[in-house]
Amino acid sequence: MSKFDLHVNGQRHTVDLDPETPLVWVLRENLDLRGTKFGCGISECGSCTIMMDGQAIRSCVTTVAEAAEKKIVTVEGLADGEKLHPLQEAWEEEQVPQCGYCQPGQLMTAAALLEQKPRPTEAEIVAEMSDVLCRCGTYGRIRKAVDVAARKGGKR
Amino acid sequence: MKAIQNLSRRGFLKTSAGVAGALVLGFRLGDKAAMAASGGADLFNPNAWLEITPANKVTIHVPWTELGQGVTTAVPMLLADELAADWEAIDIKLAWNDPRFGNMGTGGSRSVRTSWDPVRQAGATARVMLENAAATEWKVDASSCKASGGSVVHAASGRSATFGELVGAAATQDAPADVALKTRAERTLIGKDLPRRDIRAKILGETEFGVDQRIEDMVYATLAVSPTFGGSLKSFDDTTALAVPGVLQVVETPSGVAVLATGTWAAIRGREALQINWDPGPHTDLDSAAISARLAAADIADGQAMRDDGDIDTALAEAATQVTASYEVPYISHSPLEPMNCTARITGDQVEVWAPIQSVTWGANVAAQAAGVEPQNVRLQPTYTGGGFGRRLMVDYVGQCVEIAKVSGKPVQLFWTREDSTKHGFYRPTSRHNMHAGLDTEGRITGWRHHLVAPSIGGQLNPQGMADGRDESAVNGAATIDYTFANLQVVYNMTNTAVPAGWLRSVYNTQNALANECFLDEIAQAAGQDPVALRLRHLPADGRLARTLRVAAKKWGWPAKAPAGRGYGVACHASFASYVTTMAEVEVEGRQVRVVRILTCVDCGPVVHPDGLRAQMEGAVCLALSALLREEITIAGGQVVESNFDDYPLLRLDEMPPVEVLTIDGEDPIGGIGEPGYPPVGPAVLNALFDATGQRVRKLPLAGNFEG
Ligand code: FES
Ligand code: FES
Repeated sequence: MSKFDLHVNGQRHTVDLDPETPLVWVLRENLDLRGTKFGCGISECGSCTIMMDGQAIRSCVTTVAEAAEKKIVTVEGLADGEKLHPLQEAWEEEQVPQCGYCQPGQLMTAAALLEQKPRPTEAEIVAEMSDVLCRCGTYGRIRKAVDVAARKGGKR
Repeated sequence: MKAIQNLSRRGFLKTSAGVAGALVLGFRLGDKAAMAASGGADLFNPNAWLEITPANKVTIHVPWTELGQGVTTAVPMLLADELAADWEAIDIKLAWNDPRFGNMGTGGSRSVRTSWDPVRQAGATARVMLENAAATEWKVDASSCKASGGSVVHAASGRSATFGELVGAAATQDAPADVALKTRAERTLIGKDLPRRDIRAKILGETEFGVDQRIEDMVYATLAVSPTFGGSLKSFDDTTALAVPGVLQVVETPSGVAVLATGTWAAIRGREALQINWDPGPHTDLDSAAISARLAAADIADGQAMRDDGDIDTALAEAATQVTASYEVPYISHSPLEPMNCTARITGDQVEVWAPIQSVTWGANVAAQAAGVEPQNVRLQPTYTGGGFGRRLMVDYVGQCVEIAKVSGKPVQLFWTREDSTKHGFYRPTSRHNMHAGLDTEGRITGWRHHLVAPSIGGQLNPQGMADGRDESAVNGAATIDYTFANLQVVYNMTNTAVPAGWLRSVYNTQNALANECFLDEIAQAAGQDPVALRLRHLPADGRLARTLRVAAKKWGWPAKAPAGRGYGVACHASFASYVTTMAEVEVEGRQVRVVRILTCVDCGPVVHPDGLRAQMEGAVCLALSALLREEITIAGGQVVESNFDDYPLLRLDEMPPVEVLTIDGEDPIGGIGEPGYPPVGPAVLNALFDATGQRVRKLPLAGNFEG
């Protein structure tokens, strides 16, 4: 067991854990940030995607040790208080979610994309968003919603 | 998951003054016997769908599971429209296994269509009672009091009262014997593209799925079960497992060996450290090749004629042209994104369960059995559910979780990893379809034989119950075909295996429609006819399926010649009381098949929530296409080979075509929309692939079977 400082959604937390513990479980079970979802554990589905120092990363294959001291944003930190992130607004406008289980990972993947490329091309949207599985088939709406958010100036 | 459309069994109970002065309106779906008995005491203890409190809080309890299909929007819309409620102010809750709802289970694309009449009647009844209550209070004629937007208004005097203000008086009103439902033109919510009620929480990460349940003193568990079908536990050594930090306890349960820990990760690692000696059981020789060979070897003489119109043998013998083809589909997995999980607590003889589950009542019964209590001692709260597709009609994980809670004495959350979920599913059964048709000199189909060879879901679950080899549900979409062929035979060889089989979205329609509709395309080719024209020739001209076909063909501009390297295909199928035509365009480059466009035309009668319908069609395309392109569960050594999304890859965004949805919105009998979109997708794409390449692919998935 070792102590780690985690900076999540603007808050600091100290946890005392096995350094190998995947971040997804730390977020969900130690910090009670249950918005981040586990889907596969092997970096295939993207349900567990969060932002770390502005990059989309898979929290199921990122250890708590690797995440320490980094700036982490989860789906709970996407909105600015009551103000929805432009992606969330677009998600609502396009009525994207069905079951919703994959959506935190979809949103965080899109958020990181817009951090890096505020006006992504369609090909860039498709390439990036193809990393995240949705079994319910919300793909067409995701594609549209990312584009809608980008056009509105998608960075928060 | 039977495709029933049985509205006559609906029942309706009057009202009662509910708790704390709330108006509680209840009615029952299903249970005729209980209805007949409900004239007495039961009358004042009805099913509570709707509650209105004096503080004007209107709550609708939905006894269907929200799997993403939008039921927590569509069903409340039915009630709220007739109630004339303030839609925005309504609170929507997922009902627990309240026995007053009868048998709770979400499947068969039933939720909205079986709610259509009774739920609207419930809303209308409540509205009339509120209007009558206002009329009594204000001493005016009831017909002059009108509810709208959550209040009752008396226009002449300008008086108005909220529903909440009227509940006391309304609860003393007699329920009207007959209420008139709104006409189509009078509806204010039904048929409108209202925003779904569950979206906001889902984009904030606030929706609580099964895995998000947290109860006091809860521990996290994983369960080791036999990797082979029919295997059993011989012995285990938990020394190393107990040494894993965070592992609290290891217990043997009737289902396997459970590891309880302070967190999911520790429970996973603890399980990895278990030394288990399994008896592999009797099926270690079972593999996919052997199953496929068994299907191919099935003798039609051993089958059951599930439908036998006319004289098929003579029709085929006398046909001017005969066409034959065989199709085969593999086992596939539901793979919803949320892995199986369940949370349970046992306190004395009371059991509480929280689960992402479709079969709520069955789940509660299984929980009762596992805990050794009566079913009425179980309270099961279905949670928001990260996809289901039929997998959560099976309740294995609920029983397992309650067993662990019982043996360990702890409140527990059982978590299945993705590997568990892939390897221990109830798979859409594999099947083989031997098709044989005869045509006369005019190119009219005079004989049609569909010989289905497949495991039976019902027969494997309940071997005694289907000892005669007749499974009506297995021939759904084969025996219930919409085409009129004078001589039509459907024969079923029940070919059960040790591989667990379950209901997957649209069930046997997935494969029966594929065989029907690909075969029709082959017949059209053999007879030199246009595939749409051939279908129309054999469908009742004024029928609903033919109408979807005509509408889709017109929109598509059929018949049309696809550009080089591309192909167009069509398929139509009726299931779950709805009628769907799908057209597909594919682009082929070598072995690469890209579906570039899907058009689908749906007739489900009245469309309750148009955008919800579109979403269901998009979802059906995604699931069907994923299966068609590459999904396959293979069996080796009596166990499932695939384990995670690396070896069981699902369709991704870059492979999803745009889906255009047309509807024939009308007042014909209402059908389901969760499943009917699926069956025509696969055959439309395969027919388009033929159009593009001249090749017939008769074995799925395309990966491994289409050589380019
Ligand atoms: S859970 Fe991390 S990528 Fe699937
Ligand atoms: S919305 Fe259900 S998995 Fe994406």
